[in-house]
Amino acid sequence: MDMKLRLKIWRQKNAESKGHFETYEVNANEHMSFLEMLDVLNEQLISEKKEPVVFEHDCREGICGSCSMVINGRPHGPVQGTTTCQVHMRTFKNGDTITIEPYRAGAFPVIKDLSVDRSSFDRIIQAGGFISVNTGQAPDGNALPIEKEQAEKAFDAAACIGCGACVAACPNGSAMLFTSAKVSHLSLVPQGQVEHSKRVQDMVAQMDKEGFGMCSNTGACEAECPKEISIENIARLNRAYMGSVFGSQK
Amino acid sequence: MGEIKLESKVPKGELAEKWTKYRGSMNLVAPNNKRRIDVIVVGTGLAGASAAATLGELGYNVKVFTFHDSPRRAHSIAAQGGINAAKNYQNDGDSTYRLFYDTIKGGDYRSREANVYRLAEVSTEIIDQCVAQGVPFAREYGGLLANRSFGGVQVSRTFYARGQTGQQLLIGAYQALSRQASTGKCKIYNRHEMLDIVKIDGKARGIITRNLLTGEIERHSAHCVVLATGGYGNVFYLSTNAMGSNVSAAWRAVRRGALMANPCFTQIHPTCIPVSGDYQSKLTLMSESLRNDGRVWVPKKMDDVMAIREGRMNGNDVPEEDRDYYLERRYPAFGNLVPRDVASRAAKVACDEGHGVSPTGLAVFLDFAAAIERYGKAEAFSLGVANPSEAKIRELGEKIVKNKYGNLFQMYEKITGEDPYKVPMKIFPAVHYTMGGLWVDYNLETNVPGLFALGEANFSDHGANRLGASALMQGLADGYFVIPYTIGTFLSGEIRTPQITTDGPEFEEAENAVKARLERLMGVQGNQSVESFHRRLGKIVWEYCGMSRNAEGLKKGQQLIRELREEFYRDVYVPGDMNEYNPELEKATRVADFLELGETMMVDALNRNESCGGHFREEYRSEEGEAKRDDVNYTYVAAWQWTDKDEIVLHKEDLDFKNVELKTRSYK
Ligand SMILES: Cc1cc2nc3c(=O)[nH]c(=O)nc-3n(C[C@H](O)[C@H](O)[C@H](O)COP(=O)(O)OP(=O)(O)OC[C@H]3O[C@@H](n4cnc5c(N)ncnc54)[C@H](O)[C@@H]3O)c2cc1C
Ligand code: SF4
Ligand code: FES
Repeated sequence: MDMKLRLKIWRQKNAESKGHFETYEVNANEHMSFLEMLDVLNEQLISEKKEPVVFEHDCREGICGSCSMVINGRPHGPVQGTTTCQVHMRTFKNGDTITIEPYRAGAFPVIKDLSVDRSSFDRIIQAGGFISVNTGQAPDGNALPIEKEQAEKAFDAAACIGCGACVAACPNGSAMLFTSAKVSHLSLVPQGQVEHSKRVQDMVAQMDKEGFGMCSNTGACEAECPKEISIENIARLNRAYMGSVFGSQK
Repeated sequence: MGEIKLESKVPKGELAEKWTKYRGSMNLVAPNNKRRIDVIVVGTGLAGASAAATLGELGYNVKVFTFHDSPRRAHSIAAQGGINAAKNYQNDGDSTYRLFYDTIKGGDYRSREANVYRLAEVSTEIIDQCVAQGVPFAREYGGLLANRSFGGVQVSRTFYARGQTGQQLLIGAYQALSRQASTGKCKIYNRHEMLDIVKIDGKARGIITRNLLTGEIERHSAHCVVLATGGYGNVFYLSTNAMGSNVSAAWRAVRRGALMANPCFTQIHPTCIPVSGDYQSKLTLMSESLRNDGRVWVPKKMDDVMAIREGRMNGNDVPEEDRDYYLERRYPAFGNLVPRDVASRAAKVACDEGHGVSPTGLAVFLDFAAAIERYGKAEAFSLGVANPSEAKIRELGEKIVKNKYGNLFQMYEKITGEDPYKVPMKIFPAVHYTMGGLWVDYNLETNVPGLFALGEANFSDHGANRLGASALMQGLADGYFVIPYTIGTFLSGEIRTPQITTDGPEFEEAENAVKARLERLMGVQGNQSVESFHRRLGKIVWEYCGMSRNAEGLKKGQQLIRELREEFYRDVYVPGDMNEYNPELEKATRVADFLELGETMMVDALNRNESCGGHFREEYRSEEGEAKRDDVNYTYVAAWQWTDKDEIVLHKEDLDFKNVELKTRSYK
């Protein structure tokens, strides 16, 4: 089915300039993905010799974490557990007005239009989101059995795609869900235990340094996370953090 | 220009001992010297991230470049199914030799024995390394690593992490790289696109990049350059590759004298979600594992075909006797589990004959009804349900299928809006992987000294067809376990070379050349978008150099691409400015290079007068219509040079099979 839509899109030339909303009309079709609908708009703009709308995307199958916009007030739009690139137009109706904005968070400055700078996430990982093992030092893969359930739990946390929707959803712009997912992934496998305390402290310190807000447990992050990362991870991080600061060093 | 001598540099000795002996006797770079040597790595996918991290650990100063906003977003992140390794944890007879043999055979005898053997050999270390990094591989109840099988082999050697193996392996490599970044041994340049290679006295000594946020053109020098920039599947426009995947880094190397090997060896994956309209931007893979339980068919009667296309009827309404299960009919021995290239071509034939079941006529059914019924009955039996109703059987069967393929079915429904538990899936082949790539020797060094190529960007291990779950293996083998050693063969001769300055005339020339190219593209100010050219190029390559090829079509394809290239430089419109964030300009530079690569593919496919693996020439087939190799005349790597006069010149590396006998693949 063909559909006519009105788009209110945030346009911002660069980090320094002030942005504003512009309104566009676009003809779409229910089978298109949301980003293909934006492609159509961009082709239309280019044919009018206007500048296309800049947005981030790459895999278009919900795994790279590039796509990052706020659709009608919700990071990644209206479909639960789904990235923007996997939203299809059949979730909208003919005649709808759709508002599209970039993530808004202090630690994610706008670069242009809908694109923001999320390099702060890389720096949080660099602060300690790894296991220190050089290539070639590893024992046999089966030398250390890991309980199936434990491995599954670690996977659940490791499924984070680093998209930043949790930050955009949080009223405080906190990166706790992202950071705690990594801390959990690495602490749930035995290999990650050795550096656990230091890792937690270093990653939390970097998170603060990047200007992310405090976590006040609103749960908004979990609700908008396209990979449905659980806020249990935040509780796990908090326990680990308290333990590492106040607990005895084992 | 004279003949370029392609030396494979395969070490002497028994196949099984080559790598160990070579590694033990090659020249090394001492730690104190490593500190004074700079290495550039372009690309942060599995190959690039693993190489950069390991070289950093060894003490080199590594500069890492990616056009992505973070190393973690490289296309490797999207790999689903798994990674092979000859661990023989299942005790089912797997071995290094068997993995080697399967890969050589799967590649239809067009790869280099010694490289493939080494790949099989180091495969086991990859798993160990990844486990140590915390990669959450699937496990059995006893806590040991789980395996599954993939197409074309008889053992269970595929390690996996749900349907997100690539993601988990890449995160592991990314974290190893992040660790080196934190120590300062690796410096990461995100959102930097390499636009040229700089050669000094014939050796690769640096690159020219564009800072994608500011548009600034920058010079970066090093003692050597490693490219791990992925495959070129997007020359077809529509593919399962990420939108940004492109050939430019490899192509720029070609324009500086490197050779492009076997570019016509491309892999078409049989099970992807079909194109739904002209706006389509990319295609989504449905894992190969589905063919274990799904039956592929098309309606026999044209009335049914038309009714389905027009939505008056769905697949379930076609009676059993009016269905053509063409894979089971044509290949009784392997049925729905024939290798990728065979399954893809058969789907094309069915659709060419008019039996396609989507509005575009380009789709076949992948049907789970029989599996649901079979599983449902078995489950009812084991639960002790007496005389189960049809509804009960369905319910039980759907549950089993959901356990096996739940996330794939969900993805299918998200994209198509149809419920594959109730109506058969519609699938069609799509471009997935490129076996061809930069020519490299045993050291993974191109014919340009000091320029190395890893991962999908090189041609080295998969011959004319890649087996499932072997690309991840190759990327990590190259990055973690091969290049850290073989780079020493070049760098051990460079320990007295001081830091390379970027002030020399070679950098000046390369920078100016890049600027001139960008200005040319910006300057056209024509009327057609970059995207529209890319789509048209993709259609030509798909039509004439896709699932099946013939001489006449390839000549026509070459001609059409030339005309398109000429039109591109006359009428493309790139909006915005060079000195700012400008994704349209990025696309334009990539499409410009795809236009040259596309032509080279046509030339390569035309030259190869045989059918092998993914390269199917209609003129060369057996009486039953199957691919027919010509081992007498074509057991060589075709490595192409693009000369200053825009001529495409062939250089050959003969392949020497000492350990396996060349046989015809048969799946009847
Ligand atoms: C949907 C899908 C599923 C797959 N599933 C499997 C599977 O289950 N098992 C398997 O073995 N294989 C699978 N493959 C294949 C496999 O994923 C790829 O072959 C492999 O990941 C390629 O890795 P790479 O490191 O060579 O390149 P990539 O991951 O493509 O990385 C390329 C890197 O180079 C950078 N780059 C490129 N050009 C430039 C430039 N000019 N300047 C700067 N940076 C540049 C990019 O930013 C990126 O970081 C799958 C492929 C697809 C498409
Ligand atoms: S926790 Fe969820 S929302 Fe946050 S970055 Fe990870 S995947 Fe995105
Ligand atoms: S584009 Fe990759 S997750 Fe959306």
